[in-house]
Amino acid sequence: MKVELFIPCYVDQFYPKVAIASLQLLQSLGCEVDFPLQQTCCGQPMANSGYNHFTESCNKNFVDNFSGNSFIVCPSGSCTLHIKEHLTGGDESKIENIRKHVMELSEFITDVLKVSNINAGFPHRVGYLTSCHGQRGLHLSSTSEINGPRFSKPEQLLRFVKGIELVYPQRVDDCCGFGGGFCVTEEALSVKMGQDRLKQFLELDVEFITGNDMSCLMHLEGLIQRNKYPIKVLHIAEILNTSLK
Amino acid sequence: MMQQQHSDNAAKFIADDARTNWHDETLWFVRAKRDKAAHNLPEWEALRQAASDIKDHTLNHLDTYLLEFEEKAKANGIIVHWAFDADEHNQIVYDIIHQSGITKMVKSKSMLTEECKLNEFLQHNGVEVVDTDLGERIVQFRNETPSHIVLPAIHLKKEDVSATFHEFLHTEKGNNDPLYLTRAARVHLRNHFFTSEVALTGVNFAVAETGSIVVCTNEGNADLGVHSARIHIASMGIEKIIPKANHLSVFLRLLARSATGQPVTTYNSHFNRPQPGKEMHVVIVNNKRTQQLAEPDFKSSLKCIRCAACFNTCPIYRKSGGHSYHTTVAGPIGSILSPNLDKKQHADLPFASTLCGSCSNVCPVKIDIHNQLWKWRQLLTKEGYAPPAKTLAMKGMANVLGSPFLYNLSGKVGRWVMRNIPFLVNNKNWNPWFKQRDMPKAPEQSFRDWYIKNKKS
Repeated sequence: MKVELFIPCYVDQFYPKVAIASLQLLQSLGCEVDFPLQQTCCGQPMANSGYNHFTESCNKNFVDNFSGNSFIVCPSGSCTLHIKEHLTGGDESKIENIRKHVMELSEFITDVLKVSNINAGFPHRVGYLTSCHGQRGLHLSSTSEINGPRFSKPEQLLRFVKGIELVYPQRVDDCCGFGGGFCVTEEALSVKMGQDRLKQFLELDVEFITGNDMSCLMHLEGLIQRNKYPIKVLHIAEILNTSLK
Repeated sequence: MMQQQHSDNAAKFIADDARTNWHDETLWFVRAKRDKAAHNLPEWEALRQAASDIKDHTLNHLDTYLLEFEEKAKANGIIVHWAFDADEHNQIVYDIIHQSGITKMVKSKSMLTEECKLNEFLQHNGVEVVDTDLGERIVQFRNETPSHIVLPAIHLKKEDVSATFHEFLHTEKGNNDPLYLTRAARVHLRNHFFTSEVALTGVNFAVAETGSIVVCTNEGNADLGVHSARIHIASMGIEKIIPKANHLSVFLRLLARSATGQPVTTYNSHFNRPQPGKEMHVVIVNNKRTQQLAEPDFKSSLKCIRCAACFNTCPIYRKSGGHSYHTTVAGPIGSILSPNLDKKQHADLPFASTLCGSCSNVCPVKIDIHNQLWKWRQLLTKEGYAPPAKTLAMKGMANVLGSPFLYNLSGKVGRWVMRNIPFLVNNKNWNPWFKQRDMPKAPEQSFRDWYIKNKKS
């Protein structure tokens, strides 16, 4: 299957290893992956700060880079949701096509590839951080608020990983406090929320925290390194890609 | 006066870590009770949908239902008043009291009267107002505003209440026993109930087909006030109307479960008509609600039934406290209602959110609160309520991120600076991220660089 890889700008710049893992994982699952080279940012940082009217050039660039005819796969629920909800401008039918085809990495693997196994091994105790936009926006997993059946697409994939001991913190889907621009405009609150989240992972005695959005993990990593907590963060793609290196 | 900022207020609140944790845990406990109550009802999500549909329908026919309510209420012997704004509302209430030669009023919980600043107005005009909801009475003594619409004194610990009661009710100093303090409040409030000739209540639901109102309290204070007074004044926003009495079977089941996890509020009192020889007034208030009604993006915020489930679930609310919002209705719903009342004063509130969406998921009438927060951000920014420096920074950022050339160049330069001159970035004075968090490690090459080098053609 042909796939176009959409890499969030901050992953491209700060976490190339996450993008590499996403690329290799998709390839190992039989996808023919193309990375459109002129892609930049989806425009979310401006839009969520109230400047959606400044995202014209980002939108245009996105539409120029992605065909909309094959699936656009992104290792971020948040950026995927932004494209789905807020991509506008230019050729409406192409935009409609892009919105329809853009998917977060784990939902693409569970819902489109429908794999029955992933050959990965990660013999560690891992805490799962639920990222809000993927969960409540894209419905990657059920939420604690809604009265309905429990499900989790990321967990469905992590269950394939040999040796992994997957645990969830208390208040399973409480926000970690990253929130885009919020992490600097509400610095004190953002840090407090992150610290409280980390406290719950520390109590679980996990070696790693994983999740579907590197932005939330970057926020926690910043706190982990400053406070020298004995935890590392890894994107879900890195764990799913472990035995393939 | 300097405009208040939620972020500054939040930072001050958080400075007391132990108290912040206590506040957070207390409200999370309420949220957990709500979950249990909601998850025990198999039809919960269907109930939410029904409530949402009824409210949508009602907002689309508000004029019809309000007039129907007025007609039926009048036929029941209720005197109906219409107030265009807060000032008119306050004047109407004052005139009713003044004409009767009364100088004291007991009032059960009404966020609308908080919004209209009725207490200040009446007290300025020589009428004593006694709030009879226990939490509201506590904050009234302390000259504070409610920090939560259902739990007005949730920001206070029992030690705080004890100190306040010692000062105003002369209870024993340092006696923090809740039972002792509640009994003191009870004696104090009973006296006011029996000596007040006018009682004001809020309105949870006004039923168009019957012309009656429903008031929900856990303390029975609305009933005690109304039944011992000669005059009952009920203040309601125009959005409190519901078409039929049987719709209460949907809303009353949702309200208490969403608010506190109770199956039903302790007292759901139906007021249909004045008692013989007594007066009953209903004041129907607009105060810019029709302005919100005319905004397709924000109209549905008027569906709110004031359960405060969105407060209790919101990590921002739990960890920054209601007063950080510097508005009558705090929390996520307040952040989409308040800018309609005053854009300049409340321009910061839609940004006091991570857009996590939990508020929309707990909302019993399915208001898409987090989407409206996003839309308010756009509107406020476009209309010039954002700090100019932020606009400039965002413009610059948009130019870089929108251009592959500038993006790649800035990425390279930025990562080079972070690796080679880290103190330019790692500075607590101009980088808020770095104050309490380390920066991510800057790799030598971006993914794009790696991809170009390693791509198998």
